[in-house]
Amino acid sequence: MPIEILMPSTGGDMTEGNIARWAVKPGDAIRKDAVLLEIETDKALVDVPAPGDGVLATILAPDGAQRVKAGAVIGLIAVAGEDPGALRAADSATPASKGLAPPPAVAAVAAVAAPAANRIAASPLARRVAAMGRIDLAAIRGSGPNGRIVKVDVEQAAKHAPAPAAVTAAATAATSGTVIGERAAGSSVPHTAMRRSIAQRLTQSKQSIPHFYLTIDCDVGALLVLRAALEAQAGFKPSLNDFLVKAVALALKEVPAINASWSDDAVQRHAGVDVSVAVATPGGLVTPIVRDADAKSLRTIGAEIRALAERARAGPLKAHEIQGGSFTISNLGMYGIREFSAIVNPPQSCILAVGASEQRAVVRDGALAVATLTTCTLSADHRLVDGVLGAEFMGALRRLVEAPLSLLA
Amino acid sequence: MTKNHDLIVIGGGPGGYVAALRASQLGMKVALVEREHLGGVCLNWGCIPTKALLRSAEVLDLVRDAAAYGVRVEGVSHDLEAIVARSRAVAARLQSGVRGLLRRSAVTVVEGRGRLSAPRTVEVTGRDGARSELAAPRVILATGARPRVLPGLEPDGVRVWSYRDAMTPRALPASILVVGAGAIGVEFASFYRSLGSEVTLVEAADRVLPNEDHEICALARKAFERRGMRVHTGTVVDSLRLDDEGVTATLRGPAGASEVRIERVISAVGIEANTEGLGLEGTGVELDRGHVVVGPWLETGEPGVYAIGDLTAPPWLAHKASHEAVICVEKIAGVAHVAPLDANRIPACTYAHPQVASIGLTEHKARLRGIAVRIGSFPFAASGKAIAMRQDEGMVKTVFDARTGELLGAHLIGSDVTELIQGFAVAMSAEATEAELAHTVFPHPTLSEAMHESVLQALGRPLHH
Repeated sequence: MPIEILMPSTGGDMTEGNIARWAVKPGDAIRKDAVLLEIETDKALVDVPAPGDGVLATILAPDGAQRVKAGAVIGLIAVAGEDPGALRAADSATPASKGLAPPPAVAAVAAVAAPAANRIAASPLARRVAAMGRIDLAAIRGSGPNGRIVKVDVEQAAKHAPAPAAVTAAATAATSGTVIGERAAGSSVPHTAMRRSIAQRLTQSKQSIPHFYLTIDCDVGALLVLRAALEAQAGFKPSLNDFLVKAVALALKEVPAINASWSDDAVQRHAGVDVSVAVATPGGLVTPIVRDADAKSLRTIGAEIRALAERARAGPLKAHEIQGGSFTISNLGMYGIREFSAIVNPPQSCILAVGASEQRAVVRDGALAVATLTTCTLSADHRLVDGVLGAEFMGALRRLVEAPLSLLA
Repeated sequence: MTKNHDLIVIGGGPGGYVAALRASQLGMKVALVEREHLGGVCLNWGCIPTKALLRSAEVLDLVRDAAAYGVRVEGVSHDLEAIVARSRAVAARLQSGVRGLLRRSAVTVVEGRGRLSAPRTVEVTGRDGARSELAAPRVILATGARPRVLPGLEPDGVRVWSYRDAMTPRALPASILVVGAGAIGVEFASFYRSLGSEVTLVEAADRVLPNEDHEICALARKAFERRGMRVHTGTVVDSLRLDDEGVTATLRGPAGASEVRIERVISAVGIEANTEGLGLEGTGVELDRGHVVVGPWLETGEPGVYAIGDLTAPPWLAHKASHEAVICVEKIAGVAHVAPLDANRIPACTYAHPQVASIGLTEHKARLRGIAVRIGSFPFAASGKAIAMRQDEGMVKTVFDARTGELLGAHLIGSDVTELIQGFAVAMSAEATEAELAHTVFPHPTLSEAMHESVLQALGRPLHH
């Protein structure tokens, strides 16, 4: 039996990804655990190691293949005594590519007649039931003989599948260039794995997490004075965001109940303070992590964030660089946004939305004064963060920001 | 002394011996414990010997009808002793065949009664009372079932017959009462009617062959009555009075009580699982209405203990037992892509005259489930082959899900339909829809064309009807 190379699942909610690049080609000798290919998951590039020794017989999901299901067979390794050429031939006759998504048009409706769908092993009844329910056979693992998809598999999938109407409509428009009304429709841009993941995660977060919001103004006057002094005396100019990462990390140490995640059975308290920093890239938002930020110097924090952001803009980051943060900071201050509220990035409990620091008129001791303020809004998961707890955290954060020497300690 | 195996199978019927054969093929060291005869009831005292008897009856019917084919046969009579001898010879030949298969597969056959004496241990008590122990990490229970005995209908071997007595008559009774019009009851009724006995068939349910589609039941009843049987449905036997001459049975039915006078009584009122003496007490093996509760892979509540066949849930059919045996053993061996058995896709055959065969949901059951159905039916009276063969009694009925085109069930009555049903079983197993069935070429001239026509009729486009 040849060894099947399976699309891995790199994390809890990863169900599909794209093939970025194969590092080997058919005919190459393969050593177990050597890197075979890179896949692009939600936000990361992940190396896929070889599951065993042999010769790469065939690649079923080539470079650039989109939306490959986790668990799908993406290649075959011929083991000793097997003829890789024969496997290739056999495979082109009956492809095992049951997990590979067909082109959008085929995924839509006419599964019974569609040639690409016919390459999936499925019973006539399963095909018909799938077509009626607009279920994508490519997404289904068969339980019949030799993994053939039978009716019960489609029924199971239908139970878990979201309504696919929007996808179908988009796919139809994309392929047929439908004219809507008088004007030609705008162009449609196929989703990247990352866009799809962002859409899915944020929708899930906003729909399933009871958000609430706490807004506070932080006086960053002292912090800006300190920063000027650091630049003048040490030639080191941290960004306001670097200070905030440090301040958030220390505030999380002070209010550890915030540094936690909701799970169905229990609240998971995190041992380390890992702060995710939202970074805009051409493909969308990514959130590289500054691990143990509470223990790192401002200089280290700043250097890490800049290196990660630069690499994130150049291409996908590695999975470990973006997975597992316990709190996210999203800063739109540089765009002049005064304040905003962000969507919690599950399984984290909170996200801090940071606005622009600007001079505002304030009343102090009964008199008008000018202060440099930054408005911060905490979005919190009310399942594990109550209002008072969130307020305590925001109080601690403001105190740290307004006493910035504590951030140098 | 304890002998170690990979698998012990208790019971050598169509479930047990198939489990042993398959396990051996998959490289397991197997012991098979059988208390009486390899092949079980099916081969020795059930399916097979009754088919031999019914074949004799069929030949007799055919020869009697020879003139209708333009064949002159005179002095037709039967030899009951020879009929029974042939039936026994058939069973004996097959039993030795099973023994040979097991020997060639290196299955250790241990004669005696097996019981779970400790975890992973089976104690075998031989016919001489000697005890031995076998050990294996897995045990499959396949001890089958026996006829249910109703109070007042206990077989005495003379007037009230067990199935074994009914299979080995020394003389033909002039009259016989068959209690229970399930498959076994109507087969005995058909056999004795063909040989010339006056047959009264009594059934508690409101129709004969109560598991079958209502339309088929009605046709079967009509056919039985045309052949001279007296059929009483909705009727139970209140009491039997035995005397030297015969039996007086009091029947209670919709029209009140009545008495019939017969020579012999055959009771065929269902089965009971053979769970006693298996050492199940104190284990995790659970029973439900006397049958062992199993999961999709035939596993019981006791780790390492499995149960298959009549011991478990219905249908209680030999081929169901054999299929469960293979699933159970393959799952144990870790064979890829083992699928659990879908009880709705097990065909059932009754070898009465006429034969009845079915698979899947009846029209009634499908409608009860709220499924919108499409019904197709085709009478053999419109089949060229059936008319040529003078076998134009009966019909083929198909039940489809109107929404998906799924073949939900097929119900046949007529000559050789027990050989036809497999076509529908393949279709259901492969999940063919009415479209594939309509597209399938059926050879002409065959009885199977009626299957095609039934499908076409469900689609609303029959060709010959």
